[in-house]
Amino acid sequence: MLNLHLILFLAFGAVAVAGAVNLLAQTHPINSALSLIAVMAALAGEYLLLGAEFVAAVQVIVYAGAIMVLFVFTIMLLNAGVEERTQGSRVSVLLGIPGMLLGSILVAWVVLRHSGTEAVAVGSLPGDPKTIGQMLFHEFLLPFEITSVLILIAIMGAVVLASKPPSTPAAGLTREAE
Amino acid sequence: MVPLSYYLVLSGFLFACGVTGFLIKRNIITIFMSIELMLNGVNLSFVAFAAQWHALAGQIFVFFVMVVAAAEAAVGLAIIIAVYRTRETLNIDQVNLLKL
Amino acid sequence: MTQNPYLWLIPVLPLAGATINGFLGHRSSKRAVTTVALTFSGLAFALALYIAATFSAADAPYGFTVAHWIRSGSFSVDFALYLDQLSLVMLLVVTGVGFLIHIYSVGYMWDDRSYYRFFAYLNLFMFFMLTLVLASNYLVMFIGWEGVGLASYLLIGFWFTKDSAASAGKKAFIVNRIGDFGFLIALFLIIQNYHSLDFTKVFAQVQPIAPEIAGAGLLTTIGILLMVGACGKSAQIPLYVWLPDAMEGPTPVSALIHAATMVTAGVYMVSRSHLIFERAPTALMVVAVIGTLTALFAATIGITQTDIKKVLAYSTISQLGYMFMACGVGAFSAGVFHLMTHAFFKGLLFLAAGSVIHAVGGEQDMRKMGGLRSYIPVTFGTMFIATLAIAGIPPFAGFWSKDEILWQAYSSDHGSWVFWLIGVVTAFITSFYMFRLLFMTFFGDYHGAQVDEHGHGTHVVGHDGHGEPHESPMVMLVPLMILALLSVVGGLVGIGNRFEHFLEPVFGSGAAAEATGEAASRGTELLLMGISVVIAFSGAILAWFLYISKPYLPQKIADRLNGLYEAVLNKYYVDEFYRRIFIKPLIDASTNILWQGVDRKIIDDTVNNAADGARHVSDEVRHMQSGNLRSYAGWIAAGSAALIAFMIWMGVR
Repeated sequence: MLNLHLILFLAFGAVAVAGAVNLLAQTHPINSALSLIAVMAALAGEYLLLGAEFVAAVQVIVYAGAIMVLFVFTIMLLNAGVEERTQGSRVSVLLGIPGMLLGSILVAWVVLRHSGTEAVAVGSLPGDPKTIGQMLFHEFLLPFEITSVLILIAIMGAVVLASKPPSTPAAGLTREAE
Repeated sequence: MVPLSYYLVLSGFLFACGVTGFLIKRNIITIFMSIELMLNGVNLSFVAFAAQWHALAGQIFVFFVMVVAAAEAAVGLAIIIAVYRTRETLNIDQVNLLKL
Repeated sequence: MTQNPYLWLIPVLPLAGATINGFLGHRSSKRAVTTVALTFSGLAFALALYIAATFSAADAPYGFTVAHWIRSGSFSVDFALYLDQLSLVMLLVVTGVGFLIHIYSVGYMWDDRSYYRFFAYLNLFMFFMLTLVLASNYLVMFIGWEGVGLASYLLIGFWFTKDSAASAGKKAFIVNRIGDFGFLIALFLIIQNYHSLDFTKVFAQVQPIAPEIAGAGLLTTIGILLMVGACGKSAQIPLYVWLPDAMEGPTPVSALIHAATMVTAGVYMVSRSHLIFERAPTALMVVAVIGTLTALFAATIGITQTDIKKVLAYSTISQLGYMFMACGVGAFSAGVFHLMTHAFFKGLLFLAAGSVIHAVGGEQDMRKMGGLRSYIPVTFGTMFIATLAIAGIPPFAGFWSKDEILWQAYSSDHGSWVFWLIGVVTAFITSFYMFRLLFMTFFGDYHGAQVDEHGHGTHVVGHDGHGEPHESPMVMLVPLMILALLSVVGGLVGIGNRFEHFLEPVFGSGAAAEATGEAASRGTELLLMGISVVIAFSGAILAWFLYISKPYLPQKIADRLNGLYEAVLNKYYVDEFYRRIFIKPLIDASTNILWQGVDRKIIDDTVNNAADGARHVSDEVRHMQSGNLRSYAGWIAAGSAALIAFMIWMGVR
């Protein structure tokens, strides 16, 4: 039955789908990045429809706002251009696409058979920060602490990996090895 | 009311698009973005199930997935920069020094 | 069974001698080696004499269990020894003749480089032979059986650097093994049906069984298989081919092993199993037929041989045939009697032949001898006595035993005049070729080369560099004289059936023919005795005629009977026949099928193909590791799809 929930779902869904397809269709990475931002925004809307407002907010702030910005910066830094058409691997196309299709169809089939047509009410589940916070610091305290360590490691790793290499003759050699 | 399966189909479609992009794209950064797309699709299904079964753990999990995705993005992009420095290319087909 | 706790010493003493000489001999002086060897074998002989002196028929049989061996459910075998009259006779023969030959070998082998090794092997042989003779069950006998085969191999191939000697040793051992195969199957049958290998236990179970008239049956099978084993060890048809080749070994070896003791092991084994044979007339017939045919066959070959040791070898085969003929007609004690006298005169013949060979500097071809009577009189005298004995001329030993056999062959229940007739013909031929040997060697003119310091061949001789044949040293002559004495008086124990009565507790009253028809059979017996004496003399006379009075005749006869002569000279081409029918196909099959086919193609190729296959598979699979990240992604996607499909399938099932 057509109601606002469904309309909004379809609207956001359409944006997400379009963004995803566009990501595949574009050749320049910056266009793909912007499509991805659109997808994330649409998903944030979907989260709201499901009553997960905190997650939606985090999605916009962290995912779309930080991670994608990082991507854009990297694209800018590396001056990525339109990608060339090289024939790298036949396996990925011959084996991968059918595999992916098969997997998706199977999963979809299973899901559609078994999940029923029960509807999800809008905002049925309170996803407010207070509840999430309580859960986070009670049941999920250990993962929380570990992820903080993980982030620390990631920061250190990123800094080390991306830092300028020491200016030695070796750097010049690797350039010529191209 | 929107049935759960609609959300799941959308999530699956996003995931499939992510896999496809991973398979057919040649720019390393684009491949990485496809990975993020896959993660987003999975997040959607988590939240959908959390709403379905009234289990807040699903949203917590999404939270953690995002944290990990952030860390991974940071490190992955650092690696890409390092690779770019040595190989001078962002074409994944040319990052093949392990080839026989 | 009375216990005799010293029985085990008899085999073990020579074993100790063998061990000492074997391990320490190469660093010891010849005197030390001699002392050790002679002491231990002499002690064994002394102990045997003592046991014989204290032997009491009332207490017999004696036994002694040295140690437990096999205990497997209801089947048990021990290292156990057994002494009854039969074993006693064998014991005295083996230790006595063995000791004499040890003494002889001191002189014969004195100049050999491996002096100590010879005596180690000789003592080892004594150990195994005594184990065989004193065994209380078939398995310990089999140990001795195999062991004497081993000692024979070692001693035949004593001069192993000579190809023909090494091959002869191998031939002896392999042909022996063929016989042993039959022996083993017989043992298995005995185990299966009588659940024991102990003589007393098996024979107690066999005793009440009625004779198998129909011909086919368990006891007949066992008997025939035992005979197969005896054919191998005692050189009967068809497994006799190793004995002539065994003459490659030193002459004392030929005397001890291939005349007096080892080859008689088959006769001993058949006699020991007489209870089985008596209840299987068909097997008995087989034994008699084989023995008789072998006796005739080998005798005919002996006529044409020119090597002095080969003549004696074929003579041994022929005499063994006599012994089996005796056993085959049920006269086991006659067979054992002939075994004993044969040990004396054949041992003497071989030792004397060794003395002759020593005298002429290693030459063994009789055509190059002659007229040695004046050079080596003692050897001539003893050899003459031995020839009289083997020809069966009274009152020497061979006459008594051979005549007993011929009489039993004629008159026994299992015998027939056919056996007797063939036996008589063989006796004629025996007398002929033995006197031929005597005349060719000792009479006429000396055809040989001047004896020089370098002896021919590998025969060890001690020379003083004289230019003519010379007598052997005393250490070699004394055993000859002792054996000559035994050849003269040894047969007298058979007069009046004293020997047979002595062995009666073992064999039972064997010759049933003796009880029936006393007077008539006595006359026949004397008649047959007279016939055999006449035959023996006529053989001698024919030999004198052909080789002394008209020495050109043998060549003319040989030319006239050209084809036949060639066939006999070449031993009826039996060796060539065996080579064509058995050996060559076996070697070809082994080369082409087993080596090329199985080993190369199947086994090697399987391994190689497995390796190649692994390489090919990895050649294909390595394309997965291309270094190309996109292909990795493709594989991941395909693999995860497969996994999902599998999980769904499992879930749906």
